[in-house]
Amino acid sequence: MPILCAKGVTHLYNKGTPSQSKAIYDINVEIEEGELVGLIGHTGSGKSTLVQHFNGILKPDEGQIIVDGKDIWEDKKATREARFKVGLCFQYPEYQLFEETVYKDISFGPKNMGLSEDEINKRVLLAAEYVGLKKELLEKSPFDLSGGEKRRAAIAGVIAMQPKVLILDEPTAGLDPKGRDKILDMIKSYRERTGSTVLLVSHSMEDVAKIATKVLVMNNSRVEMYGTVDEVYSHSEELRKIGLNIPQVSKVFELLKQNGCDLGSAYTVEKAAEIILRRGGVGV
Amino acid sequence: MIKDITIGQYFIGNSILHRLDARMKIILTLAFIVSIFICKSFPALALMVVFTFAVVLISKVPVKMVLKSIKPIAIIVAFTSILNIFYVKGGTPLIDWKFIHITSNGVFTALFMAVRIVCLVVISSMLTYTTTPTMLTDAIEKLLSPLKIFKIPVSTLAMMMTLALRFIPTLIDEIDRITNAQKARGANLDDGNFIERIKALVPIIVPLFVSSIRRAYELADAMDCRCYTGGPGRTRMKQMKLHVRDFIALGVVALLIAGIIVLNIYFKAVLVR
Repeated sequence: MPILCAKGVTHLYNKGTPSQSKAIYDINVEIEEGELVGLIGHTGSGKSTLVQHFNGILKPDEGQIIVDGKDIWEDKKATREARFKVGLCFQYPEYQLFEETVYKDISFGPKNMGLSEDEINKRVLLAAEYVGLKKELLEKSPFDLSGGEKRRAAIAGVIAMQPKVLILDEPTAGLDPKGRDKILDMIKSYRERTGSTVLLVSHSMEDVAKIATKVLVMNNSRVEMYGTVDEVYSHSEELRKIGLNIPQVSKVFELLKQNGCDLGSAYTVEKAAEIILRRGGVGV
Repeated sequence: MIKDITIGQYFIGNSILHRLDARMKIILTLAFIVSIFICKSFPALALMVVFTFAVVLISKVPVKMVLKSIKPIAIIVAFTSILNIFYVKGGTPLIDWKFIHITSNGVFTALFMAVRIVCLVVISSMLTYTTTPTMLTDAIEKLLSPLKIFKIPVSTLAMMMTLALRFIPTLIDEIDRITNAQKARGANLDDGNFIERIKALVPIIVPLFVSSIRRAYELADAMDCRCYTGGPGRTRMKQMKLHVRDFIALGVVALLIAGIIVLNIYFKAVLVR
């Protein structure tokens, strides 16, 4: 049974006014438990609108959202449950920090769930560890942290609810390459350790290739492709047509192939290096 | 829900009212408000109502939008009317039962006051419906410029006003975004008693203040970078000029006030003060 499921979901902007437009249209997608899905598409393709449906922030104008086998708009209780089952971390989450200390801010979500003090304490410490926040930072004011630390503290605030599905909307936006790698590594190890499902919204094909198991491509308010990284990235022509560029290293491999040196395909620098080294061993 | 707020609610159009000089519009609106308070008899009030209707018709702003501007003051109108009915004495008694005494004067005063308030709100909302916020602030700056003699930084104040208006939509977006982020962490904003609801606003207000202050610093830097020094001597891209139509409007309002004074003299005053 898929953990997340959208059935014919349509969402309209400015409903009932002359400027009505479709933000997302007839979305049908099933996400299995334990996957790390990369959701890509260029700006305005409907990525952020779609993910805000999964935890009931937005209500579909048509269609159903099913989380863990339950329609989240069935009743009020189901909607509230979806908020905790699906943890959504918005773009630039550091702007949601508000408490006096980082510890208190991370515990905001668990507190809203009505957990005991002990359980909250455990979850906060665990979440801080997942995102790599040092213990001494927890007693600081969130406004005294650096940009990267703020972002990780905000992500910890969502992780502390221990959602079955973690959705991150462009978690690496505006970070330097080092900060970006740190976040991506963190997401990868979080999934490996907890076994939870992760949905990563991004428009970097490189980032997605690095850690995702499956890729969901959106274009023009619709789902364009959904499959494993290899399946999706092999359609480089189609991807280019909708304004997405395959990673640079894949392009190099493509050109090599066109020039008579078929090395297969690679989507990350690490994988490419591995292939070349292996080839080097037998002597090219 | 927050998107329903319409501050600086400008209605795009090209009527003669839209094209009037903003300075003239402000002065005429003030003149109209004064004339509302000098009119004392029913015929004079009728003249005001006719004028108000005419202004709405000329502006071509849909009546629905005009009614929307009255909605928030409906309670105030009802409240003052009720107070007037019960407290104004004199004239023929209509109801005289135990502690309830209603007289004809009370009813007339209540009616008179209600019409006055509605006219006042409709005319002032016509000003904002037909004038863009930037035109309004420009006009206010020009009208207040004599205050410069008293070393009041009028142009700086006008710039502050322009910026405040400019950032209202931005802040509304920001509130939406923060609200959603906190909802995603299970913040419960819709249930609970009064105190709980106010407490639930803290996670929204704190980030809002933080980002507003950050934005203010960024904006100040951006203005510095473009060599904004403020103060006097700044010129405008759109120069304000008075046209014939502005003087015609002035004449019409002058006639209106004259008419009210005449009607006040010839007819019995309703309001006894």
